Amino acid sequence: MEAVLIIKGIIILAIFALSLGIAAYETYFERVVAAYIQDRVGPDYAGPAGIFQPLADAGKLFFKEDFIPALADKSLFILGPSLAMLTALLTSAVIPFGDSFIYEGQKILVQGIEVNIGILWVFGIVSLGVYGILIGGWSSNNKYSLYGAIRAASQNISYELAMGLAIIAILMMTGSLSIRSMVEAQHGFNWNIFYQPLGFIIFLTCSFAECNRTPFDLPESENELVAGYHTEYSSMKLGLYLFSEYVNMFISSAVIASLYFGGFNYPGMDWVYSKFTSIWGATVGHNWATVIGICVLMAKIFFFIFLFMWVRWTLPRFRYDQLMDLGWKALIPLAVLNMIITAAAQLSGKPLWIGLILTLIIMLVIFLPAIKKRTVKA
Amino acid sequence: MTDYIPQDYQPLLFQLVLALGFIIFTILITHVLGPRLKNAAKDAPFECGIESVGDARAPLAVRYFLIAILFVLFDVEIIFMYPWAVNFLKLGWFGFVEMLFFVTFLMAGFYYIIRKGVLNWEND
Repeated sequence: MEAVLIIKGIIILAIFALSLGIAAYETYFERVVAAYIQDRVGPDYAGPAGIFQPLADAGKLFFKEDFIPALADKSLFILGPSLAMLTALLTSAVIPFGDSFIYEGQKILVQGIEVNIGILWVFGIVSLGVYGILIGGWSSNNKYSLYGAIRAASQNISYELAMGLAIIAILMMTGSLSIRSMVEAQHGFNWNIFYQPLGFIIFLTCSFAECNRTPFDLPESENELVAGYHTEYSSMKLGLYLFSEYVNMFISSAVIASLYFGGFNYPGMDWVYSKFTSIWGATVGHNWATVIGICVLMAKIFFFIFLFMWVRWTLPRFRYDQLMDLGWKALIPLAVLNMIITAAAQLSGKPLWIGLILTLIIMLVIFLPAIKKRTVKA
Repeated sequence: MTDYIPQDYQPLLFQLVLALGFIIFTILITHVLGPRLKNAAKDAPFECGIESVGDARAPLAVRYFLIAILFVLFDVEIIFMYPWAVNFLKLGWFGFVEMLFFVTFLMAGFYYIIRKGVLNWEND
């Protein structure tokens, strides 16, 4: 029993270190991707191909002045970034990063905690993250910070609604709130994306907005609000805000991959599993198959992180009223429609392809005017 | 069906300690390492070089408050749908029709707030 607890501790430590490490290197890849898209060189000074750039940035931030403005509320000013970072680091607990390891005949899940409220935990913690930004922005006692924080709060809560509605369709397909059972229901190539294309688009858009990423980065739009809610922040307190944004990006990529793209499942996994167990025996073979599953999930997560960056350097920023209109008047009704179609398709007992065709028709009807408008203008 | 017990949450404590440790360590270290230079102009709120008037405890557009109220309303409605979504195969078509009624009333209210102009940002 003790060895099992230690292995569990090692798994949690590994996930924790991984999310911090990936978040640090996301800043590097962000610049590399930006440089590639804008056809320039990008970071190349610190180490070979600029590989030590994140370390240099972190080192610089640590040695900067830890500045608190005279008018600011001191304790809340410190609490803001701490809360943002804390919520970002706690979300990863319920995400299954792999199947399980067998040690001395006991199965140990590659996951912080496996609970029956899985996805609700993610939602609860993510919505607490709004407080980090709101407290930081308000306590700075700076008008730019205040407007940035208010914008962030009202944008996050608006997109949370559509996100929650998009999740309901996934719940109906699995009948459980645990992320692990959602992933296990997508065994092999039976991924939810084939049944929920509209739900996926809604969820993806909402996660862009929840992470305050372009095209929804209104809270920190530099031509209106200087730097938004972290205008008055410096040193590692600023670093925690930026860092939490990148950790959130990693977590939301992991959630998207688990909910819609099968998590650690991949086509041909049963064949790989039977091959491995016949070569190395039941225990070692199972463990190696799990390792392959973890690598597959990581590949999916990296793809979505790349998508986040690709979108950031391709699309311009929305106006605030456009952002709110998209969230309330487009995504919420669409998500409700998606929910009803999924329910009807599931209950009719017919294959969900009927639901897929219906969804595609609705998507065409909705997006056709937009496409037409664009071609007329051109 | 898997049984879930409160002990499932135990490893969470470990993660909480790790996260708190990382944050406290970072905040303390950066406080010790950085230099400290103060003057009146630096302590003032940053306003792009213009002298700041008053502080940021000013009234805001009421629209933000309305959005917050609407969020609470809609979020509660969505929470009602979660138990239905988990059990809806057992409830069958009867449950589906009931939920259809619920959603219709919800969307009627939604249509009302849109026609009332609560979500019109351009007119401010």
